[in-house]
Amino acid sequence: MNPKRKQRLLAVTFIVVGVGAAVGLALFALSQNINLFFNPSQIAAGEAPVDQRIRVGGMVVEGSVNRDPNSLAVTFNLTDYNGVVTVAYTGILPDLFREGQGVVTQGRLDTQGIFQADEVLAKHDENYMPPEIQRAVDKAKQAEATN
Amino acid sequence: MMRRVLLFIPLVVIVAMFLLFQQMIGHDPSALELARKDKPMPEFALPDLHDTQRFLTQNDLKGKPMLLNVWATWCPSCRVEHPYLLKLARENGVKLVGLNYKDDRDAALEWLDKLDNPYAFVLFDAEGKLGLDLGVYGAPETYVIDANGIIRYRHVGVVNEKVWKEILEPLLQTPGASS
Amino acid sequence: MIAELGHYALILGFCFAVLLSVIPLIGAWIGDRVWMRLSRPLAGAQFILVLGAFCALGANFLMDDFSVRYVAGNSNSLLPWYYKLSAVWGGHEGSLLLWALILTGWTAAVAKFSKSLPLDMVARVLGVMGLVNIGFMLFILVTSNPFLRYLPSSPQDGADLNPLLQDFGLIVHPPMLYMGYVGFSVAFAFAVAALLGGRLDAAWARWSRPWTTVAWSFQTIGIALGSWWAYYELGWGGWWFWDPVENASLMPWLAGTALMHSLAVTEKRGVFKSWTVLLAIFTFSLSLLGTFLVRSGILTSVHAFASDPERGRFVLGLLAVTIGGSLLLYALRAPVVKSRIGFSERSREIFLLLNNILLVVATLTVLGGTLFPLIAEFAGYEVSVGAPYFNLMFGFLAPILVLIMGVGIYSHWKDTPAGTLLKKIPPLAVVSLPIALIVPWLMGAFEWMVVVGMFISIWLIAATLLDVWTKSASRNGRWKGWLKTSRSFKGMVLGHLGLAVTIIGASLVSHYTVEKDVRMEPGSVSEVAGYQFKFVSVGHKQGPNYVGDRAEIQILDTDGDLVSTLHPEKRRYVVTGNVMTEAGIDPGLLRDLYVSLGEPVGEQAWAVRVQYKPFVRWLWLGAILMAWGGILAVADRRYRVLRKAKVRDQKEVSATVDSVTGAAVGGAE
Repeated sequence: MNPKRKQRLLAVTFIVVGVGAAVGLALFALSQNINLFFNPSQIAAGEAPVDQRIRVGGMVVEGSVNRDPNSLAVTFNLTDYNGVVTVAYTGILPDLFREGQGVVTQGRLDTQGIFQADEVLAKHDENYMPPEIQRAVDKAKQAEATN
Repeated sequence: MMRRVLLFIPLVVIVAMFLLFQQMIGHDPSALELARKDKPMPEFALPDLHDTQRFLTQNDLKGKPMLLNVWATWCPSCRVEHPYLLKLARENGVKLVGLNYKDDRDAALEWLDKLDNPYAFVLFDAEGKLGLDLGVYGAPETYVIDANGIIRYRHVGVVNEKVWKEILEPLLQTPGASS
Repeated sequence: MIAELGHYALILGFCFAVLLSVIPLIGAWIGDRVWMRLSRPLAGAQFILVLGAFCALGANFLMDDFSVRYVAGNSNSLLPWYYKLSAVWGGHEGSLLLWALILTGWTAAVAKFSKSLPLDMVARVLGVMGLVNIGFMLFILVTSNPFLRYLPSSPQDGADLNPLLQDFGLIVHPPMLYMGYVGFSVAFAFAVAALLGGRLDAAWARWSRPWTTVAWSFQTIGIALGSWWAYYELGWGGWWFWDPVENASLMPWLAGTALMHSLAVTEKRGVFKSWTVLLAIFTFSLSLLGTFLVRSGILTSVHAFASDPERGRFVLGLLAVTIGGSLLLYALRAPVVKSRIGFSERSREIFLLLNNILLVVATLTVLGGTLFPLIAEFAGYEVSVGAPYFNLMFGFLAPILVLIMGVGIYSHWKDTPAGTLLKKIPPLAVVSLPIALIVPWLMGAFEWMVVVGMFISIWLIAATLLDVWTKSASRNGRWKGWLKTSRSFKGMVLGHLGLAVTIIGASLVSHYTVEKDVRMEPGSVSEVAGYQFKFVSVGHKQGPNYVGDRAEIQILDTDGDLVSTLHPEKRRYVVTGNVMTEAGIDPGLLRDLYVSLGEPVGEQAWAVRVQYKPFVRWLWLGAILMAWGGILAVADRRYRVLRKAKVRDQKEVSATVDSVTGAAVGGAE
């Protein structure tokens, strides 16, 4: 092989291997880190997987927020006006968390059907609100209006 | 020649991406499928809100192109669009028919009394029967109905200047609507 | 009246943009020197007009003219004057006007500092920038006019600026970031001008290089400011969220970094020309795509886009014309002649090519992660891509990139004597490995990613310093020798050290942050990372446009000595009703202590988040070093010598062109 060809072959190999590896890894990482979104009625209907990282969004039911007076544990109910799911969370709720407002939580569903959240996002929180959640919240609002 | 073709790859990728975005923009979540588009109004017999003894049917929605406005007192957005509906009825001479949807009659009458009545007449659909037939999703919704009682368009959400000028007015004035 | 003047100035500015793009480009085409010469004054006039429009909008804000819709929507009479001024770019319309201002500013700067360039090149570059300006101003005038008024009646007071934006960081962050975004338009214009004129040579790369580097430096600072702002203003101590807005600024930065290095190869060796041109187009396209997609809301909320499809369509059309047009031009005009310049697999060319590939792959990774939810949604799925995806990808790509960098520093153009590179590896490893192992031990917990992060950072620092050691050898001692190295070398050293510093900060703060959410009332004490946080009291505070609760928290070290007293706040902005968390931070080079108030959980009790964040400042310190390196490199003598020795250089350039007639297609060739 003349040096010219060798060089070209080398460069092409680099690119193919590098890009291939990166694409493979990206697909792997994506498959591991896509958080599917469920709404409370889907969870009530048992459609959501247990002990898998998912997102749940809906409206916080008025009067359902229960704070443990001695710790930062808190529970509240989320609804899309069709189903309700109880969320347990320990820590500080975002500034925009209110009863009757739309929120999104991230975490795992336990075997008792309680959603153990490790993250609670309120609308226009520091973490952005993805469109699917906006839509879920809107749907919930619509459902509220229609009922 | 082969190399020249390779140089077109970025262009092709970008064009494909733009086509996707183009679809995304057109993909308006509030533009709901309207099953009854270009079909006649479903048959119904509903009482007049003001006079429950008087029953109105689909035949009362013929003769002149009009807007059928779905509203209720429990719907905050309806209050928002109400003044504009009044303006349309008074200043633009638009024929507006109300569909009072899943509502309380007394509250509805009080609402019209207090905020004024832009409607030629109001259908009182307490159980939401016509709403179900029409596929009403929520309130407010506004339907464009032509002179023959054919549904031409459904708008979900508040009617305002922009919606009127860009969507509803042209539809009301098309020959298809008035013929 | 002022709003109308501003509007008028903007329209006039638009007219000048049209003239700027038509006259010089036609002039360059038919070879009319008078027409070409007009490009400079036109660029200046355009800048002054847009500046006028911008000042008019600023004046409207300062005078509380709430009959102007944009002012009413983004300001309030209670707002302090400096926030009124920064509110000018607090919303969609105003930030677009800032874009346009900066774009015309860069255009004027190119007109001013292009004395050494051949006239036809200047005319084409300014003409292309004029074309971009046309698009922008048309977009503003047609869909996003900030000068519209409420007529006949106007509100008594404004809706107030989003409290998140009422902050020093947000006064300076957008202009810096935009300086970067828009600055890449110069490299883009040079690339397109070179394609138009068919003069894709080493001289072109040399001209566009300093502009790219300056833009990159601004972008670096802009991103760092954004991260710093998120850290202290959002109240929860995060410094990077991988949200689409941040990704939009990171993508052009990554591509711009690749471009900077690729330009170096093209300038020095005359190869990778087509690749470099493509990168220039790619970088600016990402700038456009990023700002616009975020601005128009397609990424953050489909609703924002759908509610105003007119704006969305316009944006898309603009992007399609700019990006599609330049790529079409690229496909038709990029040189496809085979390169006659050889280089071996141990050459600096190959190392920089690898750097480019990795950076572009990183860019595409971010692009993919950002757009994936959009594509999935189109297919009917509702998904989000979490930070772990990005962390995993960067945890994989960054080490490879940095390890290659460390070795690549020693490579020579064309070919490096066999063995030289291999010989460098053992000493670097000997230095890096122990430190990489000791640091986790010092910090008290073993973390694989910290070992990797420390290893690559020390590897890079050691390689850089070793290189400095060799290059600074001189008869008058090392220091004199260092001073004698070129500024562009010093810039490179600083840039690479900066990257290492940032990586150190990122690895340590990600893994050794101690965070505790505790319930505290006056008198309670909480211990975090060897510090005692004592909740002293909480009281009310009245601000100019907000009311709030303000706590006093004392921090004591293990000996009981007072380290600092912090005052975290919870504010409620009166007009918008928004609640904001203002953190109390005790900054330090080695650690930050960070306290924020959560919510009241009892009579006097509050949920409090207490954090110990080691080395968090290094993130931004590294960015400052990188940007400084960029500025230093641009100040290199050869760019100024170039200007003085214009005539001579002209000849040399054409000589280079002859010797380098062949050009490579992309890196693959």
